[in-house]
Amino acid sequence: MAFEGLSEKLQNVMKKLSGRGKLSEADVKAAMREVRLALLEADVNYLVVKDFVKKVSERAVGGEVLSSLTPGQQVIKIVNEELTALMGKTQARINYASAPPTVIMLVGLQGAGKTTMAAKLGLNLKKQGKKPLIAACDVYRPAAIDQLKIVAEKAGVPVFEQGQGQPVKIAQGAKAECQRLLYDTLIIDTAGRLQIDQAMMDEVKAIRQAVGVHEVMLVLDAMTGQEAVNVASSFNEQVGVDSVILTKLDGDTRGGAALSLRAVTGKPIKFCGVGEKLEDFEPFYPDRMANRILGM
Amino acid sequence: SYYREIDDEFFEELTDLLIAADVGVSTSLKIIEELKAKVKAQKIGDPEKVKGLLREIIIELLGDEPVGLDQHSGPQILLVVGVNGVGKTTAIGKLANKYTREGKKVLLAAADTFRAAAAEQLAVWAQRAGVSLIRHQEGADPAAVVYDALEAAKARGTELLIIDTAGRLHNKKNLMEELRKINRVIERGYPEADYTAYLVLDATTGQNAVQQAKVFSEVAKLDGIILTKLDGSARGGVVLAIRSELGLPVCFVGVGEGIDDLQPFDPRGFAEALF
Ligand SMILES: Nc1nc2c(ncn2[C@@H]2O[C@H](COP(=O)(O)OP(=O)(O)OP(=O)(O)O)[C@@H](O)[C@H]2O)c(=O)[nH]1
Ligand SMILES: Nc1nc2c(ncn2[C@@H]2O[C@H](COP(=O)(O)OP(=O)(O)OP(=O)(O)O)[C@@H](O)[C@H]2O)c(=O)[nH]1
Ligand SMILES: [K+]
Ligand SMILES: [Mg+2]
Ligand SMILES: [Mg+2]
Repeated sequence: MAFEGLSEKLQNVMKKLSGRGKLSEADVKAAMREVRLALLEADVNYLVVKDFVKKVSERAVGGEVLSSLTPGQQVIKIVNEELTALMGKTQARINYASAPPTVIMLVGLQGAGKTTMAAKLGLNLKKQGKKPLIAACDVYRPAAIDQLKIVAEKAGVPVFEQGQGQPVKIAQGAKAECQRLLYDTLIIDTAGRLQIDQAMMDEVKAIRQAVGVHEVMLVLDAMTGQEAVNVASSFNEQVGVDSVILTKLDGDTRGGAALSLRAVTGKPIKFCGVGEKLEDFEPFYPDRMANRILGM
Repeated sequence: SYYREIDDEFFEELTDLLIAADVGVSTSLKIIEELKAKVKAQKIGDPEKVKGLLREIIIELLGDEPVGLDQHSGPQILLVVGVNGVGKTTAIGKLANKYTREGKKVLLAAADTFRAAAAEQLAVWAQRAGVSLIRHQEGADPAAVVYDALEAAKARGTELLIIDTAGRLHNKKNLMEELRKINRVIERGYPEADYTAYLVLDATTGQNAVQQAKVFSEVAKLDGIILTKLDGSARGGVVLAIRSELGLPVCFVGVGEGIDDLQPFDPRGFAEALF
């Protein structure tokens, strides 16, 4: 398979580098070509790759490396450091509102994993002693509300729904329900939407304004390719994104989308989905992701 | 158009365009090598002509023959597989509608017994398309649903049975074995029927789609691809890598969430949209 071959090649280059006592600029350049390929094969956005390789190259041909006793090791360290830095520190915390309820809205493309994540998040909050409520604001997808009710019930989290009503009204009703029954966290499940669909983007913007969302979480499929950048920047510009959740990381994708959207939006990736079951939920680890993208 | 030299930088830009459309590094390089050779052989000096040639290479790679379900007088079975959330169930709703409108007697089978409300979702589509549906309880054995659906298809004189399956990541051994079993039940349970299987791919997917196609084709018979969500801005270039490495053609494309948002694949239009 292409990925394995590439990761092997990359590791060979790294090994070769790490065994060397002295490095020339040409050696560094050759290594950077391999890094570039590894990142592209991992679906990191090609513009992000360009930037990244330039930055690492500058550091790698600088004095700190070439004069080092183990220059190869230094280069590998730089690549890993820069990748991890780009991915951000672990910030697996939710921005709680000073006065409850804290309102979290999940947004993203069709099929990304929002509804599943709403229940996972609800379960996780419950385990932390919170009292969450989920609002069923996908009024379009066939059986979306049935699906949400089933997964939320498994999580033991109540759902506020009004059938195929108006999403803004449903969100408002859910917030009022929180105040009435003292739920401290409201999770809003929204319909999947394309970032180029103006009417649908306006809808989530309206929900955001109407109920005062504290945290907009962009749910993104880890298998996403070059499009991740368009999705992330567009959702961020139009709706405002506070954090990112990566799903389907239990697959064998390298997950370069993670790096791209982090680089473009600067927003922290907080959680991951690692399976279809409710407990398949983890905080995000930037260093693990860096290794995965490079196939190391 | 402005003056542009056909040099390495020009070819590099074209490579970047392909990579930006998710064609992937190795396939992009392969295509550009072929392009370079042709440009050299034909002594082309006009950048626009080079781009035209690139389009032709891509169209040729994709194959210009119309694909889709064969015209068949006997019973047909269509199995739909793919990873989670790509658009299998929706595509089935659209196909059921299309073939019903074309006069076929269609039956659906809800062999996704795992995901919450999967059968309810398919039931909504069955109703929209005006076809009936075979379903069991949540958690039932999907192979048993398929078996029942085959028997029902025989008994009712169904012309086209379309089987929905649960989304599964190709690296999950047990789920792929489950699919192998479904495939076997179909092959053994109704050998007289013409059997087609499609892999559904989400156009926003990157290079992982190649691996999906490879592993799915190891456990089930695969005849082609339904490429969904092409109404977004993703271009789905990874199907070029799949065609190049595995020979699998794209048969249909999904261009929205409505019942009519399914089209036969048009290689020419696809190649135009890549850039
Ligand atoms: N393997 C795996 N599957 C997941 C994960 N998260 C969600 N899924 C599956 O992905 C599919 C889509 O998930 P949903 O939660 O319905 O996605 P959604 O974003 O709500 O979809 P729409 O509402 O249609 O936009 C389902 O089959 C889920 O079971 C994950 O982390 N890993
Ligand atoms: N924009 C757009 N959305 C689509 C298209 N096809 C499917 N969808 C949406 O994608 C989401 C997932 O579609 P499903 O048909 O449930 O996907 P699936 O593969 O059956 O999902 P699982 O059974 O959970 O694995 C839904 O919100 C669909 O409405 C398409 O061509 N364009
Ligand atoms: K997806
Ligand atoms: Mg949903
Ligand atoms: Mg489905």
